[in-house]
Amino acid sequence: MASVMTRVKQKQIAELVANEKRLDNRKLSDYRETKLEQGIIERAEGSARVLLGKTEVVVGIKIEMGEPFADTPNEGVLTVNAELVPLASPRFEPGPPDENSIELARIVDRGIRESKAIDTAKLVIEPGKKVFVVFVDVYVLNHDGNLIDASALAAVAALMNTKMANYEIKDGEVKIKTGYQQLPIKKHPITVTCARIGDKLVVDPLLEEEQVMDARISIAIDDDDNICAIQKGGSGYFEPKQVFEAAKIAKEKANQIRKKLNW
Amino acid sequence: MNEKPEKLIDKKGLRLDGRKPDELRPVKLQVDVITNADGSAYIEQGKNKILAGVYGPREVHPKHLALQDRTVLKCRYHMAPFSVQERKSPAPSRREVELSKVIRESLEPAIFMEYYPRTMIDVYVEVLQADGGTRCASITAAALALADSGVPMRDLVVACAAGKVDDTIVLDLMDTEDKVGSADVPVALMPNLNAVTLLQMDGILSLEEFESAVNLAIEGCKQIYTMQKEALKTKYVSVKEENKEENKEEAEE
Repeated sequence: MASVMTRVKQKQIAELVANEKRLDNRKLSDYRETKLEQGIIERAEGSARVLLGKTEVVVGIKIEMGEPFADTPNEGVLTVNAELVPLASPRFEPGPPDENSIELARIVDRGIRESKAIDTAKLVIEPGKKVFVVFVDVYVLNHDGNLIDASALAAVAALMNTKMANYEIKDGEVKIKTGYQQLPIKKHPITVTCARIGDKLVVDPLLEEEQVMDARISIAIDDDDNICAIQKGGSGYFEPKQVFEAAKIAKEKANQIRKKLNW
Repeated sequence: MNEKPEKLIDKKGLRLDGRKPDELRPVKLQVDVITNADGSAYIEQGKNKILAGVYGPREVHPKHLALQDRTVLKCRYHMAPFSVQERKSPAPSRREVELSKVIRESLEPAIFMEYYPRTMIDVYVEVLQADGGTRCASITAAALALADSGVPMRDLVVACAAGKVDDTIVLDLMDTEDKVGSADVPVALMPNLNAVTLLQMDGILSLEEFESAVNLAIEGCKQIYTMQKEALKTKYVSVKEENKEENKEEAEE
């Protein structure tokens, strides 16, 4: 049982963290090495792969024409879905999305939506009738912790890499023309997750650290250093001052990642 | 369709419903409202009307979910089809699945889970009418229902949101402020332990604004906390009075 292994590891990890050390010799505030590749799936309108240490996430973007929501007739539609693919971890099972994959999708969605990353006004073909629908599908291929940050990063990277069809309207009919245009992207939110282990905050937790953490907090930071989405998770709590500390860490880390990626 | 109001805060600094920025909506709390449940509570906060019921600790179903060293807490947040303007399908939406998860995680730190190994505690939340801030009101009611059920707890959990509308940080957003405003920060707190058990945010806030929103939400939580304790007292004082009366009658006989 996983819980038996966790008990043994729990002590080891807690002691390490109390001494500002970690299983993989990182500092508490260090991110794992991040690798980013764009355009890896030719069939998709946009795609990206993110490697965060051993965690691997692929995001594919598909774009279709559809109807806008009744309350936003002048905006395109964003839909985020996440699949915890069974090959990625012994804990993932086939079947309809469980609460973990739904939460993951909704966190990724919130970061993109609230930062207004996509210029949805430019996705309108006929106001109230026809718009482009952007499907963001998050595919987790290997789970070694911090799926949230890896998925959020891969999603934005894939959107930046997305091309959509050129079209013209002739006699009230939409005709697809040759060539492509870039999906209009305005912001590049970056999500940073901290786990609380004991009274310390640990950035970019490993799977084993997640198994022993008290709670986690994920904070999305936009291009202007503002917070645009937050999600606390896990069965523990944070003191208010730890929340504010996490926000500062998130801002700092997001800036580092942004600089490195030149976003 | 509801028209978007142009201003959410008027010249006097008052909100659409006449509240000051740091003012809560009227809150009404009641415990022991469902006779079948082991614990229950009802909350009205603004136009929110929410029921919470607790069953357990009881046998785990399905059995393979049982844990050898602690109880399993299950939580279901559900909105009635008639609780919102446009009928909501009764099937659980993705939003409801996520909220059920974060509400459960906001309650777990308060419960002595290890007291009841191989059991399950069910928390059911039904939103009868929604008016913005249902997740917070649900947590406030669910924690009361748990306390009413007699499960040993470290503290009550109480939740309240703060946010930003028209460049002002405000407490306890109602429906329109939630939808049209620029940010919403729901916070759940165990006041005696100074522990934040739920924290979410959407919208745009600077780090400074975020800090003041969280601090304001915590102040709101503390106000509702007093009412929560009052609601519990009201029930148990009335039970005590009843017993007294009975004892007196018996003595007289």
